[in-house]
Amino acid sequence: MKNRIIGSSVIFLSAFSAFIIVAIILLMLYIIYSGGSNLLSLSFLLDSPKDGMTSGGIFPAIVGTSLLVIIMTIAGVPVGTITAIYLHEYASQKSIFTRMIRFAVNTLAGIPGIVFGLFGFGFFIQFVGVGIDKNLGVETVRWAQPNILWASLTMALLTLPVVIVSVEEALRNVPKEYRAASLALGATKFTTIIKVVLPNAISGIFTGSILAVGRGAGEVAPILFTGAAYFLPQIPQSLSDQFMHVGYHLYIMTTQSADVEATKQIQFASAFVLLLLTFILNFSAILLRQRMQKKLVS
Amino acid sequence: MDPLELEIEIISKIKVENLNLYYGSKQVLKNISLNIKANQVTALIGPSGCGKSTFIRSLNRMNDLIDSTRTEGTILLDDVNIYDKDIDVVELRKKVGMIFQKSNPFPKSIYENVAFGPRINGINNKKTLDEIVEKSLKRAALWDEVNSNLNKSGLALSGGQQQRLCIARALAVNPEVLLMDEPASALDPIATAKIEELIFELKQKYTIVIVTHNMQQAARVSDETAFFYLGDLVEINETKKLFTSPDKKQTEDYITGRFG
Repeated sequence: MKNRIIGSSVIFLSAFSAFIIVAIILLMLYIIYSGGSNLLSLSFLLDSPKDGMTSGGIFPAIVGTSLLVIIMTIAGVPVGTITAIYLHEYASQKSIFTRMIRFAVNTLAGIPGIVFGLFGFGFFIQFVGVGIDKNLGVETVRWAQPNILWASLTMALLTLPVVIVSVEEALRNVPKEYRAASLALGATKFTTIIKVVLPNAISGIFTGSILAVGRGAGEVAPILFTGAAYFLPQIPQSLSDQFMHVGYHLYIMTTQSADVEATKQIQFASAFVLLLLTFILNFSAILLRQRMQKKLVS
Repeated sequence: MDPLELEIEIISKIKVENLNLYYGSKQVLKNISLNIKANQVTALIGPSGCGKSTFIRSLNRMNDLIDSTRTEGTILLDDVNIYDKDIDVVELRKKVGMIFQKSNPFPKSIYENVAFGPRINGINNKKTLDEIVEKSLKRAALWDEVNSNLNKSGLALSGGQQQRLCIARALAVNPEVLLMDEPASALDPIATAKIEELIFELKQKYTIVIVTHNMQQAARVSDETAFFYLGDLVEINETKKLFTSPDKKQTEDYITGRFG
């Protein structure tokens, strides 16, 4: 009897906490949606901001955010994957070097986004950018200023630990029988990793990318000084251009705008789009992962 | 040696001399010396933890994969020491195939499982691969059961079929020796019987070393049997001799079930 009471209260409490999480998300969506629903339309998505950003849409910011996430993924996921392969497949688990890498990864995961932003500014712009400009001998400043490349790379650094940890987890989940089978057939370690381990870890690698995208798409702090523009009606044409970002747009609308009250609807609508964008990016990555998985199993 | 005996003398494929193996500071194989004859089945028996699996894994240097193992002594495969410094382990493992206790087909189609070995050796010609796959599956006595759908996942097969698929996969790289680490321990009696029949067929072409827990199985399939106990090789003898009148008291105690 006592056990049954404990059992059912555990079930009730866990179901209740799960419900709270879902409820909070739904409530958040509702508040944000209802705040900006009057503005949400196709033209809001496809127009540039107008009249000193008190009307118009957020098209450049949507494109900017998407580009940022894509470049970040291209730059960060391969590096994170290769690091994870090294850590899990090659490195001696007891060596000081390996432990140092692990310590660095864990530390990186705990650093606040704004510190990444400052680092990106100091490293990519003031060091790498200045160096490139000097060597190219350009008259005007080109790379030594905030742009989408530096912002994406900064963001890639921020998401690196997420990728490394989840890819390593994926590698760990590949049954060691597969490795043994491959090695016993005379495959080299490298062949085994390429032909057996990675194909079986691919969905985990995708999960890592999804988590990275999820983390990166919502962050604003790392791009404050490294590339996001206050107002830029056109979309970036090259990697050395600045860009608008939905999250950053939201931030300046709520804090820097001439008339914060007048733009309230734009703020809510932008927030809703940002949520939607993150959701779409996540969802498409999940779909992609499932398709890869199906292809592998059949 | 009289002429008759000379005629039936069978060459040794593998000669193990004074093999010692350590996991860290623990010695798991103690001064093992034995010969494994070509085109025969050699069974390794003994209680759990006696070192028979470790021994079989030292024949294709799979123990190398475990950190902190140390091997001393020599293992000659066709008179070449496989523990020599300039031996290519990859080449060795192509010559000495291995079947594991738990069948471990890749999560790929039957065809791709068998074609894996040839492919990593650079064979990409579709016709050649088709031939190898068919030949290997036939040799592993699986062809008749799967030839209608080679694109089916290897994981969709029954346990016994999976194990024969693993055998076919090992045969596809043209090994000379097959190591089998309790290949039938997870199978039902019918599937086990099929594997045993297959072993009997395969010894025409390959040298086979099989680890087994099952003494009846050792008696049924093998020509020679080696009895290991606590890291020592107690006795190696013709199977019939070992099971009817072993030289050592310890062997007799074990096969009659007095311990182990």
